[in-house]
Amino acid sequence: MGYPHEPHPKETVLLSKYFGEQQTRTYDGWVERGGYKTLKMALSMDRQHIIDEVKESGLRGRGGAGFPAGVKWNFMPKERSGPHYLCCNADESEPGTFKDREIMRWTPHALIEGCAITQYAIQAEVCYIYIRGEFTEAIGIMERALAEAYDHGVLGQNAMGSGHQIDMFVHRGAGAYICGEETALMNSIEGKRGNPRIKPPFPATRGLFGMPTTINNVETLAAVPHIIERGSSWYKALSLSNPKSTGTKLFSVCGQVQKPGNYEVVMGFPLKELIYDLCGGMHRGRTLKACIPGGSSVPILNRDEAEACLLDYEGAQQVGTMLGSGGVIVFDDSADMVYQIMQLTHFYAHESCAQCTQCREGTAWITRILRRILAGEGESGDLGLLLELSEHLTGRTICPLADSCAAPVVSGINKFRDEFEAYIKGAKPATAAAV
Amino acid sequence: MHQKTEYQPVFTGDQRRKLDEILTRYPNKQAALLPALWMVQDTHGWISQAAMAEVAEVLDLTAAHVEGVATFYTMFHKHPVGEHFIQVCTTSPCNVCGAEDVVAAFLQHTGCDELGATSPDGKFTVLEVECLGACGFATPVLIDDDFIDGVTPDMVPELVARYR
Ligand SMILES: Cc1cc2nc3c(=O)[nH]c(=O)nc-3n(C[C@H](O)[C@H](O)[C@H](O)COP(=O)(O)O)c2cc1C
Ligand code: SF4
Ligand code: FES
Repeated sequence: MGYPHEPHPKETVLLSKYFGEQQTRTYDGWVERGGYKTLKMALSMDRQHIIDEVKESGLRGRGGAGFPAGVKWNFMPKERSGPHYLCCNADESEPGTFKDREIMRWTPHALIEGCAITQYAIQAEVCYIYIRGEFTEAIGIMERALAEAYDHGVLGQNAMGSGHQIDMFVHRGAGAYICGEETALMNSIEGKRGNPRIKPPFPATRGLFGMPTTINNVETLAAVPHIIERGSSWYKALSLSNPKSTGTKLFSVCGQVQKPGNYEVVMGFPLKELIYDLCGGMHRGRTLKACIPGGSSVPILNRDEAEACLLDYEGAQQVGTMLGSGGVIVFDDSADMVYQIMQLTHFYAHESCAQCTQCREGTAWITRILRRILAGEGESGDLGLLLELSEHLTGRTICPLADSCAAPVVSGINKFRDEFEAYIKGAKPATAAAV
Repeated sequence: MHQKTEYQPVFTGDQRRKLDEILTRYPNKQAALLPALWMVQDTHGWISQAAMAEVAEVLDLTAAHVEGVATFYTMFHKHPVGEHFIQVCTTSPCNVCGAEDVVAAFLQHTGCDELGATSPDGKFTVLEVECLGACGFATPVLIDDDFIDGVTPDMVPELVARYR
């Protein structure tokens, strides 16, 4: 339960090196470990050089979409006509994902350092760290770390004596998965309902408070100091399979495995080794049935696909899924896939912001049909209906939440059709959950 | 549980000063809406119509805007809840690890009849919630502001006793 677990020899600990060490939470503890040296150095570097290094390193967004961070930063206008903003996305609400929480709980100053370097590079004086409301412990730790960073002159009007203004504040969410979507997050900071905005305009043109804004995930930003400290070539060399996927990645493993938790490995690491070696494999007498490798919004893999999957953006794509946020959900042969898929669609139905009709109605209908099937009242046309509804959820809405709801349904029906059919035929499958 | 007492304003004295400090973080007043609603809930335990009117007043917003926002976010209580608010994750990853048994244990030991209802002694409200972002430490439970990882049904009696 929780940290620390001893790092496994196959892990490459960069972001998670100090997980479990209380002292790293304090300013002094961070400085003793070499912290804030890279920020100091960065503040005397050419801004474009920092952006180019990050671009060259191949660092891609760890929040789900995998967009190259340096490319995103380059979209920010170089001429300033008003304030620029950085938003750190710490909304972490994607089922299966719990890595940002650990970065904030154990190494808050690492995140502050990453945000500060990024702010300098994109000329954003102010950064809001948007933390989901439920993360009470992480919020307290981040707030204490920020207060210490201000006390020591790391942040403020004259950050580290550089003459540059770097301000950073925690903004607490209040329970809404959708606020992890970047434009909903900005609306939430602005004191509005968390409805995603239609794009374009993109945030780098008109973002928070109508000003140029960059938004990055916690893990993306926490990786930045390592790249600036050790150089893009070193970071780029951290890659096992495809050169377009570089660096280390934290994988949050949960569900039915012996040792769930966060594991940090180099991009391209085999999913099979993650599950069987690092996580100790299945519980006694159980076998792997299914795995969702990138948080609940990506297609489900069956056992063969999971055992063949390499954990990088291209490797996941090759087996028909996505790396997403790196939340690995494992199901063993006792799991009732129909029931679990209903649990997931229920999640999306609950979290839909209700702006788009397809999403508001479709996610709810799908959940109702799945409930009906589970209750033994399924009809022969139900699977076709579910697939048709899923089709209507895909690529037609303001944000991809609707697509996310379709992913487990479509892949689930394709790969575990016999379990759905068994319910519909009235013979409850052996794995049936008591509904 | 509805007591017809006069509404006590939140934003006076120290709380007013705290809000003023928060306002310096943002370029406009509206951006302080979520922080202000949190302050109300921390003080009163829930967010009443009167509280929304007060927030609207101090932030120069319409009451309708404040209500629209307050109702969007699930963590803001629009009705009074028990003295201790218990949230148990039952999303799929926790579900396969037995979260539903944890919920049942909380309902039994707090004496709450059903989810969302307050126990007869007014002490507890239990709710099933979506993913709490701690899926590897099933089952995570949030009791008020205390985040507790790895809760199993046999831990529940002791937890309930600690808060009772
Ligand atoms: C419905 C929805 C929820 C999202 N939730 C999160 C989240 O909790 N955390 C996150 O970092 N990104 C989340 N994202 C992705 C963000 O929109 C955005 O792409 C990301 O924060 C960009 O940062 P990155 O480039 O560093 O990954 C979500 C996207 C969608 C559509
Ligand atoms: S797809 Fe769903 S969550 Fe996204 S904007 Fe539309 S209604 Fe809201
Ligand atoms: S599914 Fe329970 S905390 Fe994420």
